Amino acid sequence: MSAATEAIVLPDSVDVVEPGRANWSLRVGGVLVGLVVVVALVSFVWTPWDPYLVDGTNRLMGPSSSHWLGTDQFGRDVLSRLMVGARTTLYVGIVAVSLAAVGGIPLGIVMGMAPRWLQTVLVRANDLLLAFPALLLAIMFGAVFGASTTTAMVAIGIATIPVFARITRSGTLQVMSTEYVLAARAGGRSAPAVAVRHVLPNVTSLLLVQASVSFAIAALAEAALSFLGFGTAPPIPSWGRMLNEAYSVLAVSPLQALWPGLAIATAVLGFNLLGDGLRDRLDPRLADAR
Amino acid sequence: MAFQLLTRTATFLATLAVASVLVFAFMTVLPGSPAQVVLGVSASEEAVAQMEADFGLDRPLPEQYWDWVSGLPSGDFGTSYVTGAEIGPQIVDRSLVTLWLVGAGMLVALVIALPLGTLAAVKHRRPSGTVLAGISQVGIAVPSFLAGIILISVFSVTLGWFPAGGWTTPASDPVAFLQGLVLPALALGLVQGSVLSRYVRSTVLNVQREDFIRTARSKGLRSWQAMVHHGLRNAAIPIVTVLGLQLSVLLVGAVVVERVFVIPGLGSLLIDGVRNRDLLLVQGVVMVLVLAILAINWLVDVLYTVLDPRLRATA
Repeated sequence: MSAATEAIVLPDSVDVVEPGRANWSLRVGGVLVGLVVVVALVSFVWTPWDPYLVDGTNRLMGPSSSHWLGTDQFGRDVLSRLMVGARTTLYVGIVAVSLAAVGGIPLGIVMGMAPRWLQTVLVRANDLLLAFPALLLAIMFGAVFGASTTTAMVAIGIATIPVFARITRSGTLQVMSTEYVLAARAGGRSAPAVAVRHVLPNVTSLLLVQASVSFAIAALAEAALSFLGFGTAPPIPSWGRMLNEAYSVLAVSPLQALWPGLAIATAVLGFNLLGDGLRDRLDPRLADAR
Repeated sequence: MAFQLLTRTATFLATLAVASVLVFAFMTVLPGSPAQVVLGVSASEEAVAQMEADFGLDRPLPEQYWDWVSGLPSGDFGTSYVTGAEIGPQIVDRSLVTLWLVGAGMLVALVIALPLGTLAAVKHRRPSGTVLAGISQVGIAVPSFLAGIILISVFSVTLGWFPAGGWTTPASDPVAFLQGLVLPALALGLVQGSVLSRYVRSTVLNVQREDFIRTARSKGLRSWQAMVHHGLRNAAIPIVTVLGLQLSVLLVGAVVVERVFVIPGLGSLLIDGVRNRDLLLVQGVVMVLVLAILAINWLVDVLYTVLDPRLRATA
């Protein structure tokens, strides 16, 4: 995985100015993410077939009018399972990114506002945690606590905390050097009050961008883990698990791997583009620097 | 510069020591009793106690930690709780396989990214940038294990050009070794190469606007000559940083790709370890992977200092 890519999505700010791309990123990203969200929501009320319905007489069927994307090796409807799989991806992403934000944002603010010696210690500790990529941490969690969707998303969330902490700190440092913060501190405002009233609102746009990019990383990590058998347990549909099952029948039916593969790529592409587009929209300074 | 290198090395070693405590604590303290994990919840208390005594798990934790960590430099990772086999030799064997895989993947990525990125920068009309940006976005979105499945489906199942999996050592059959390496290396390298090419392009573009390139051109060098003789060395600095980061990504990507191509590397060892609840084995492999990631970061820092004369001057 680049799931791993996972751990490092590199900053985009080194790229050159490409006028007009920003809006396209936001639009295309928004449409792709919207598609995944709508499919997941629709799957709560309607799927073409029962995604768990095993039909031994209709195994590995190609696309047809009754099964639009065909059936898997157990005769289950692929489209229905893809739709429910979208839920798994979003569920893991939402929980993992929330966990990372709740842990990483306060930590990042402390890392930006604490006395210098404490900052050094915390930054070093944070860098150390960055050496544990999400996938590796999730496999360790799987070894100790047993593999499940819960351990996967908790592990992905914990692995993403230092990423949020680092980005929050860089934003905090910028805000702390502004004159309005100096004025607020001179006026006797306490550090927590400065953090809540001045720092947090000013780093929100940075964090929104990070959330979108982290969502993509979480989706990739979940897919890789489920593919390895450490994520969502059968028979619950997950795109990574579907890919794993398709992999076992690759010689007979290569098309099986196409659908979950496309779904994973669509979601990851969508969240990455959305992050890119949001960055340009929310922080024009960064867009100019590109 | 010497002082700077020493400081970086000291930081690396300190970080490594703390990382080893973390890995040990995670795999030994969190499960409560590793023996219980290995034997399962239904195991009798006597069996658990017996196993703890056999493997020294009843000793104080600092003693267990020291016993484990002091063996690491000499390659002694302890004895598996499950199979009773020495862990060190397995890790060494498997690391070699993974090194081949990651090295070949990196090579593929570089072979794609350096010419493509440089070309796109030299002919920096806007479409090339947009196309590259598009390719690299798709590259990030296609995980390497998915790329692997697509490659197997096309080049093994349909065309039959390469084996779908398996591993031959280079010593026993060099041809089969290379044939088996092609698809996994492509799976790892294509994706990373598409991401990397975008960075190469931006970096070279930035360098191209520098005064020394203009000077070189005014001396009569052609655009590509100026780039090769003066540009690439300067572009190397940021590219080395990104390469370092990507090497870590490749290493983790290899864990999954090894599974796709049934390659007996570190990743397969790790996953088998988790399946068999072989905690000490998992602990050892995780430690080696974390060591590799930290070592890569340290090496990037060092190279950075060596490559950039300005950093040397300030040291």
